[in-house]
Amino acid sequence: MFRNTYDSDNTVFSPQGRLHQVEYSLEAVKQGSAAVGLRSKTHAVILGLKRSTGELASYQQKMYRIDDHVGIAIAGLTSDARVLSNFMRQQAMGSKMVFNRPVPVNRLVSAIADKAQVNTQEYGRRPYGVGFLVIGHDHTGPHLYEFSPSGTSFEYYAMSIGARSQSAKTYLEKHYEKFVDCDLTDLIRHGLHALRETLQQDKELTINNTSIGIIGPAASSEAPGSGESFRILEGEPISGFLQSMLPKEEAMGFAPAPAAPAAAPASDQDVQMSE
Amino acid sequence: MPGTPSIQRPTQHQFNPYSDNGGTILAIAGADFSIIAGDTRQSEGYNIQTRYAPKVFRLTDRAVLAVNGFAADGNMFVKKVKQRLEWYRHAHAKDMPLRAIARLIQTMLYAQRFFPYYVYNILGGIEEDGSGAVYSFDPVGSYERETCRAAGAAQSLVQPFLDNQVYFKNQVPPPGRAHPTHLPLRDVLDIVIDAFTSATERHIEVGDGLEMYIVLAKGRTLQGVEAAQEISARTDGERVFVLRRDLKKD
Repeated sequence: MFRNTYDSDNTVFSPQGRLHQVEYSLEAVKQGSAAVGLRSKTHAVILGLKRSTGELASYQQKMYRIDDHVGIAIAGLTSDARVLSNFMRQQAMGSKMVFNRPVPVNRLVSAIADKAQVNTQEYGRRPYGVGFLVIGHDHTGPHLYEFSPSGTSFEYYAMSIGARSQSAKTYLEKHYEKFVDCDLTDLIRHGLHALRETLQQDKELTINNTSIGIIGPAASSEAPGSGESFRILEGEPISGFLQSMLPKEEAMGFAPAPAAPAAAPASDQDVQMSE
Repeated sequence: MPGTPSIQRPTQHQFNPYSDNGGTILAIAGADFSIIAGDTRQSEGYNIQTRYAPKVFRLTDRAVLAVNGFAADGNMFVKKVKQRLEWYRHAHAKDMPLRAIARLIQTMLYAQRFFPYYVYNILGGIEEDGSGAVYSFDPVGSYERETCRAAGAAQSLVQPFLDNQVYFKNQVPPPGRAHPTHLPLRDVLDIVIDAFTSATERHIEVGDGLEMYIVLAKGRTLQGVEAAQEISARTDGERVFVLRRDLKKD
């Protein structure tokens, strides 16, 4: 009832003990197109649905590389995402310079969480309007974190953010126990199934509107020597993964192939650098 | 004279921010490869600080930087160059071309014009057109592309040798033939090894070990050069190899 009087200033609580500006910033994340993240014992992957303003337009970038061992998918205000990802890159590089080791992923995520919290408590500043799914690899294995503009971050086995992400969460909740032993191809297939759930009527995942970010050893079909580093796959190289998706009804009951080699195409899927 | 009391003159003490860590570096460009080499001895005056301190560093799969002079400045400078290359990779999703790295190094060095990095840099690698290239710098950023260059303690011993063997200076070609403009990989490797063993003989600051980086253009192979360790990030483009040899330790 009194929402309007308590929602203009960041520094004013509502009588119910809420900060409406922060909650509105979470709405901005929910307006962004969906991103899904999931991990296994060996890999962590993020998948993004790229939005475009029309048939003539290009698709908005959903992923950023932060360091060899960290990558992010974004949902929300892209401009805020650029600023925060720049900050993450500075942190990662600075930490590597000072301590001669890649920054631990949890430390990096805490750094942006703390930075975002400042904007929820200072007068005149607005919260960031973007949420991240952060995947990374450190000495304790692969990780997936969600960062939200409220300043909180949590680690997950699987998570989704953005528009209609609840539908993706339903798929993930049903299947997440299988993820831990999946190989890379099956993990990506699960991610695509989850991402598909967020699509509107008569839309589908294509090589143009889907982005896949991977941390962990290369699949047998990826270019040799691409190593464990974070890499983004887009365009033609992901057509094999898209084709390997099961029809929707089957997907809900999908179990991964038992330790069989992945039936992915032989083409070079590792497209991180363009010549 | 003995017996006369000595007079103390005023003496001024001043912290010297620089010191000379000796060593020598060298780079030679071939038609489709480059070799960048440096000895591994780090000294100060008549003392050896360590027998193995690398002076040559891989920046990308097509660029290798050798730094010689004041080791603290050299090591820090390399770290900063690598950071700038990482920012470029973030912004453009690819490696910086060699001549761009050369220009970047100039701007980074000149930025410290009034408290310079006391290092002589030699950048070697493969250009965008696939040719072997060597760029040499002075401590404040003056630079030039060349076919070969030596720098450091034994520069005055090595560079004249290179002028004769690589540029064929003061040599007359056999009748009816011209000197080759580029030498094959095996020949260049031998010239580099001979340059360092000779410098080691006559210069006290050179010795202990030799580290040679070989950068190959896309599609080129090592052609039977003995097992060199590959340190390329990817095997489908330019490639970088390291070869280590011992040098005399006296």
